[in-house]
Amino acid sequence: MEPFTREQGVAAPLLSANIDTDVIMPKQFLKGIDRAGLDRGVFHDLRFLPEGGPNPEFVLNRAPWRDARFLVVGPNFGCGSSREHAVWGLRQLGIRALIGSSFAGIFFDNCQRNGVLLIELDQERVGEIGEWVSEAGSATLEIDLPAQTITLANGVVVAFDIDGLRKDVLISGLDAIDRTLTMSDRIERFEARHFADQPWLA
Amino acid sequence: MAPKTLYDKHIDSHTIRKLDEHGHVLLYIDRQVANEYTSPQAFSGLREAGRKVRRPSATLGVVDHVNPTAPRRTAEVADAGGARQVSYFGRNCEDFGIELFDILDGRQGIEHVVAPEQGFILPGMVVAAGDSHTTTYGALGAFGFGIGTSEIEHVLATQTLAYKKLKAMRVVVNGPLAPGVTSKDVIMALIGRIGASGASGYAIEFSGSAIDDLSVEARMTICNMAVEAGARGAFMAPDEKVYAYLADKPRAPKGEMWERAVAHWRTLYSDPGARFDREVTLEAGELAPMVTWGTSPDQVVSIEGRVPDPAGEPDPLRRMDMQRALRYMDLAPGTRLDALPITHAFIGSCTNSRIEDLRAAAGVLRGRKVAPGVRAMIVPGSTPVKRQAEEEGLARQFIDAGFEWRQSGCSMCLAMNDDVLAPGDRCASSTNRNFEGRQGAGARTHLMSPAMVVEAAIAGRLADVRTAHAANPEA
Ligand code: SF4
Repeated sequence: MEPFTREQGVAAPLLSANIDTDVIMPKQFLKGIDRAGLDRGVFHDLRFLPEGGPNPEFVLNRAPWRDARFLVVGPNFGCGSSREHAVWGLRQLGIRALIGSSFAGIFFDNCQRNGVLLIELDQERVGEIGEWVSEAGSATLEIDLPAQTITLANGVVVAFDIDGLRKDVLISGLDAIDRTLTMSDRIERFEARHFADQPWLA
Repeated sequence: MAPKTLYDKHIDSHTIRKLDEHGHVLLYIDRQVANEYTSPQAFSGLREAGRKVRRPSATLGVVDHVNPTAPRRTAEVADAGGARQVSYFGRNCEDFGIELFDILDGRQGIEHVVAPEQGFILPGMVVAAGDSHTTTYGALGAFGFGIGTSEIEHVLATQTLAYKKLKAMRVVVNGPLAPGVTSKDVIMALIGRIGASGASGYAIEFSGSAIDDLSVEARMTICNMAVEAGARGAFMAPDEKVYAYLADKPRAPKGEMWERAVAHWRTLYSDPGARFDREVTLEAGELAPMVTWGTSPDQVVSIEGRVPDPAGEPDPLRRMDMQRALRYMDLAPGTRLDALPITHAFIGSCTNSRIEDLRAAAGVLRGRKVAPGVRAMIVPGSTPVKRQAEEEGLARQFIDAGFEWRQSGCSMCLAMNDDVLAPGDRCASSTNRNFEGRQGAGARTHLMSPAMVVEAAIAGRLADVRTAHAANPEA
């Protein structure tokens, strides 16, 4: 997993509420057994016209947002199915962080597991940042994870909260399974007790 | 000791160790169900790292999302991507020692129908699986939640997850339900009330006399769809009905072990005085059959209602969403829901395709026929459900009425196989998501209970099942 420390780039506004994982990654891109080609699938029906060409209206097809590394999103972003393809696709598109007021639970965990930083702020703040990055001239921002700040193009600094464990994992980029396997003996001891208490679970 | 919620009891009893002071724990996972579409990259990850599955018997593999549901069952998946997923899944289950119900298995079906039916899920368990509707298992007093593919890999390799404890919400549903109103209407009404992210960050415990009165299968419908309110887990305290449901299931404990298990399960309830972070009360008697009008499950009204007017919505963001939904659904504000003509009717999905759903659906047929011009399909939740419905004569009634009687699978719930709607089609559906394009690009979905789907299929438009019920209270 690619570590996240300080990242600078363009942020694109996608402020509708309840953008679901069917919209982020439509089902025709879920037929793989690997992660290939999902960069084409991400927001497919918004990015491409029915005839196949890019939709010039969609923000991610316009300068400067076509190079977006961050998204500023509406409430309950990522609701719906558990498909991690949605996050793999965002990642392949070059997205490193999302700023929003609330994210769906499974999507939230999927981002964390792929090194995509989710920043939760109150809706009013998200709206302000959204407005700011909607102007081509002020679409760039910097996210400093160790310092827990977002710096907007006008120099305004917005602080954000993140719990320590999530932060450490993102900064270090460590493999989660490796980390858990260091606790193997604890898992074994737990299992022995668990199955002794409730043998029907074994 | 401080009184505990049911959720506290599940999490505490599965905590291997604390990971920090902010609520993260290493959580033990008792069971996992894997499917062909969210698991491939997890198995590839194990292969690349040279890791084994820690406890193969804790995982059950079921093919359900991409398989065809044509009336004649074959092992063939016409679509190349789907076929590759099914064959890679078969190879993974074999190589890693995981039991698999493949397409031709007599126990195959939608994972959330199959796992309870087999007794694979028991009260008190913590279950994490690569599908958001894993919440279904809450009806058995298990705590189930959906995870993504990286987490599937983590569970396969370690049988654990790094987990952050949720807040607890109690939803009390005071009964009884009015005739013609089902558990589907209860959960749709709740989603309408609290919104599509109203339970985001929460685990919901359902209780109240209306819940007690429901059958175990009807409870599953509620826990299943709670994820549409954002809940990351929804459950109910197990009771005698749950034990009766499980007693004869193939994998449930038997004999003395069963007695011990039930004695333990009787301790699984929220202690009196346990603290919930949020409480919501619904009066079941006030509910009518519900239908969605929009493209999010919280865009829902009663069948007696009308399509709402965005002009009346003060919040600009929500107003925009409503306008967008109306455009997609091709609806004008003020339209009566029961005046909307349909082209398709679909009964299926892990929300509403169990035997009781099919009985309820058949119960409102009464010899009537599907309206001309409507394509109506029934996809039973599992192969055993299908067999049973055939034995009970339900299948015959559906076929005589003009429904297609198909093989089990997810089918038109998400249209990943060849059961896909065309742009502009309007479908009365017993499924759980009315997202844009869910049942096919440009297709319009109205969610409702199975009996309401039948009523719509017969009327050729959305219709109130209670009118039919009043005409024949026995039905
Ligand atoms: S029936 Fe629908 S909601 Fe249920 S598991 Fe299948 S695709 Fe998902």
